[in-house]
Order: sequence, then C-alpha cells, then structure tokens
Amino acid sequence: MTNEHKKDVDHISGVETTGHEWDGLKELNNPLPRWWVWVWLVSIIWSIWYFVVYPAWPVPGGATEGTSGYSQYKELSESQNEIHQRQAVYLGKFEQASFKEVLDDPELYAFAVAGGRAAFKDNCAMCHGTGAEGGFGYPNLNDDDWLWGGKIDDIHTTLQYGIRAGNDDTRVSQMPAFGKDGLLNKEEINEVVEYVLALSKGEAQASMPGYTVFQENCAACHGEKGTGGREVGAPNLTDSIWLYGGTKEAVYETVYNAHAGVMPAWGERLDKNTIRQLAIYVHELGGGEEDTPVAEVAVEDVVPVLNVIEVEETPEGGVIEDVEQPLPVETDRVIVEEEIETPQPLIPEDILNPAGDETPAAHLPEAPAAE
Amino acid sequence: MNPLKKHEFLEKHSIVLLIAIIVTVLIGGIIEIIPLFRQETVIESVEGMRPYTPLELAGYNIYVREGCYNCHSQQIRPLRDEVERYGHYSLAAESMYDHPFQWGSKRTGPDLARVGAKYSDEWHVAHLIRPRSVVPESIMPSYSFLRKNGAKLYDLDKHLKTLRLMGVPYTDEMIANAEKDALVQATGEAGGADIAGLQERYGERVNARDFDGQPEMVSEMDALVAYLQVLGTMVDFDTIKGIQLSKEEVAQ
Repeated sequence: MTNEHKKDVDHISGVETTGHEWDGLKELNNPLPRWWVWVWLVSIIWSIWYFVVYPAWPVPGGATEGTSGYSQYKELSESQNEIHQRQAVYLGKFEQASFKEVLDDPELYAFAVAGGRAAFKDNCAMCHGTGAEGGFGYPNLNDDDWLWGGKIDDIHTTLQYGIRAGNDDTRVSQMPAFGKDGLLNKEEINEVVEYVLALSKGEAQASMPGYTVFQENCAACHGEKGTGGREVGAPNLTDSIWLYGGTKEAVYETVYNAHAGVMPAWGERLDKNTIRQLAIYVHELGGGEEDTPVAEVAVEDVVPVLNVIEVEETPEGGVIEDVEQPLPVETDRVIVEEEIETPQPLIPEDILNPAGDETPAAHLPEAPAAE
Repeated sequence: MNPLKKHEFLEKHSIVLLIAIIVTVLIGGIIEIIPLFRQETVIESVEGMRPYTPLELAGYNIYVREGCYNCHSQQIRPLRDEVERYGHYSLAAESMYDHPFQWGSKRTGPDLARVGAKYSDEWHVAHLIRPRSVVPESIMPSYSFLRKNGAKLYDLDKHLKTLRLMGVPYTDEMIANAEKDALVQATGEAGGADIAGLQERYGERVNARDFDGQPEMVSEMDALVAYLQVLGTMVDFDTIKGIQLSKEEVAQ
C-alpha cells in the first residue's frame, strides 16, 4: 500500500499531504527549498574539488599534496621573500657595511634604526622597558653608564653572546656574596656600604673605615677609585646610577648577597643583521660611546676625590698608579674560580622524602655552602 | 521519477533506514578518525626533541593547573608577522610529547612557544611574582605563591609512567630516577649536584640550575621556570632550516 495511497491535497494551501493524520492534523508534503538543495549539492561538488586541489587525503607516508601544491609554509616563505626583496635594497649594503659606514650613510642608518626599533620592542623591551629606560636589575640604555662597554662593537658583542648566558663566548663575571659567603662580617659590610654611598656622592675619604675594606675586597674589579671595570662588567660606583637600588639597605643587600644579572645570547635567536641593527639602535639611544678610551672619560669626573685618596696612603695603598692597568690576573681569579663553591654531594633520597607521600616540599636538608 | 520523492521508501522501511544511517555515519567517522591513526605521518622528523625532564614536567603540570593556556598560546602560526615576532613557526613535532598539547586558542598574553632562553630566570621569577614590576602594561595576575610552594616531586615517576602509556618514550631508568633527576635539575652543578645522570638521560643541553633564587628548596617556581626555559628550544633548527630550504627550492 506504501506507494499507492490516494493523493490527498490540502484544500487550504493546495499542497499535497503525506496522507498521515494525527487527530485531524495532516502533514504537508512540501519539497525542500530549491535554494537549499542547490547549496547542498554545490557544497558536495566543492568538497570534491577541494580534496583534489588541496592537500587533504591521508595516504601511506603522508597525505595527498593536491594539484595546486599549496602549503602554508610555502605561502609564508613567499611573503617572507617579498619582504626580503623589498629590504634587499638596503640589506645588501647593510650587510657589507661596517658600523662606521652605516653611521655615515643616512639611508642605511635610518634602515638600521627602524629595524632595530622593531626588534627592540619584540625582544628587549620586556626587561629594558619599551623606552629602554631599564628597571630594577635591568640597565637603562639611554644613559652614559655602561657595564660592559658602550661602543657599538661592545654592544654588539653583548647582544650576540649575552651576559652569563651559558655559552663559551658569553660575558661572565661573578661578584662574591661577601656576607652570605662569610667573606666580610656585618660591621665591615656596613663600613664599605657607607664608603660606596660616599663614593657615589663624591664625598669618599681615605680616612673612612670602609676605605680599607674597599681596597682589599672591591678594588680588584671596581677599581681603586670605584670607577668600575668594564672587562668584568663591574659598575662604576662613583655615579648615582644604581642597577639594584642606591639606598643603604639596597647596597647592603647587594654586597651581602651579590647580584649576577643574566642577559640571554641573542645570536642563537636573531639573525645577524637584526643584531647589527639592534646594536646601532641601542648605541643611538643616547648613551653610545665613540671609539675613545673609556677610562679617561670616567676618571675625569672623580679626580678631586681621587687626589685626596692618593695623598693619604693606607697600609695597602700605593696601588693607585696602576690606573691604566686593569689587573687582569687578579680579575680572572675573582671572576671565575675562587668564588664558585666546591660541589656538595646530593642528599640521599630517603632524607629528602622520608614518608614518600604527603611531602610537598622537597627541601634539601642542609643549605648548601653556596648559600 | 523525481529522486527527491524517494525518501518515502527509506522512511517506511526501518531496517533499510537503519543500514543507511550506519553507512552514512561510518563514512563520516572514517574520514574523521582514520587520519588520527596516521598522525605520525604529519609529525616532522626533527633532531633534538626529547621528553620533558621530570622537573619540566612538574612545571608543565603547574602550567596546566594555573590555566596559563587560557591567556597564552603555544603555537606560532606560519604567518610572516608571527614568525617575525616569535621566531620559527611551531612544528607538530614540538608538541608531540605534550598530553594534552598547550596550543591554546586565545592570546591575552603573548605566545609562549619559543619563550625558552628568551629571558633570564630572574626575569621570569620577578615577572611571575609581580608582572607589573617588569612589564608595566601587563594585566597578568601575580603567581607569587609558586615560590613558596614546594614542587610535588614524589609522584613524578607515576606521571612519567602514565605518559609512557600515551607514547612518550620515557625509559625505565628515567622513571626510576624521576624524583632524583628533578632535584638534581633544580640544584644544578653550581649547587653541588652531579648532573651526569640527568645529562645522560635527557641530553647535554638540559638546563640544570637553581631557577628561582632559593637554593634551599625546589619550589613550584623552579619547576615552572624550568618548563618555560625549555619551551621551543629543543629542536635543532639547523635541521629544520634544511627542511624549509628544500621547500623554498621546490617553490622556486
């Protein structure tokens, strides 16, 4: 009977019904809207076309490549090539030019600064600030105070290899934790902090109790006059620029625990032209130095104080004539070897986690000697 | 005869309808499911990928627990601006040991797929404790408690075992040494630990040091920073560049 039911046409709408009836209600047998059917059919055809033209079907060893050969990677490299071609006008010249040549060529210089500014915001601003103003532990790059040197080549080296970044060429030094490691007692630290604070104000006197402590412990890196040592990234202490705070408490903390800021090595992450652009950008932020001997500039500022110190010799004094000599041997000793603690054996596991259950904190039972 | 009217036959024969439904669902199901069984064909073969060390895994677990994926993606798309900003686009191989993967779908904060080695440990610690101390415009909440909480290390071997079931190639030795390796990694050579075993199991390049500036304890901060510092750094990019070059050569 299925196909033989009598055609029953609803007399109000004039549409055929399905012949089903529920309590006097009949179901109209309207066809699907034509537009809908067409969209449906076209989408099926489109999907077949897509399967053929684009990579779609998984097959042994990968997937079909599609007749168009499209891939997002290819699209990316095309759009990168487009940019590279636009940059090529400058990039070719920039790549060959020395830093000096770039500085002398307004076009190349503008190119370098524009690229450097963009790269700085992406990579450097998180620590050094969007305006390169620095922050606690991160140097301000706009001023004239440089830890490791402010010439373009110095900045480039710092960018390339980082500071304490764990590669072979990175800039490394380590200030001893004078308090934590018991090299100085609290009284001596207090004295030397007073002396360092006085240095920064230009009021240091050789008669101050901290003078001797400074000469014996700090001068090897920071210089007898406290003007810093760029070979080891030792800050100039005679200015009022402080990386870790210039209050008495902050300086005490620095002497007690020492700081060793890390800058990543960007040579592993950015391409060489970007690093060169960054070096120029940072150099041009305001504090970049020319190829003049750095020491002379720094010393001038503190000559009056230094004269006083030189006159009043202490038992340990008399080293002051060697300003030009950066004391390489002693420096090396302080930086690398002496302050690294001898290894401590690891603590057996049963001590670390005796219960084996609710022991959230895995404490080392004794503080290692480095602490 | 209009084929659109033929549905009446299907509708009135329930067995035929059932078979038609099964066939339709099967086609859809096969198309959706079969590629999942062939995932290995879309994972690039790269040098350098290794399973997370136990400490990194503890950090990964904290990352998931704190819902970092709600604001940070871990997927650099192959678009020029993203590659310019974040580095090489992410590869499938780079998240093959993540269960679940942390690609994310929302960037309130930046993408973290290659955040490893981009900032110093000190920066990460300062940033997690007080994000606005280093990034004034940040709206990230503070996670200072991570530094006070001890990392959960005692059950890491079970995590490794579970992940092995999921196909992560942890060896028996790795599982047996899970807790010790985590401790060694958070102590590092400078702290007096012997990292030879850790390096043997997870490679020479493994980061082993005190990450959070508290050498006396292995905190959740240690674990999370260890995890963040390895993100996107495992793959040997020289081999990847080789792959990319050949693709460019094909294009030209």
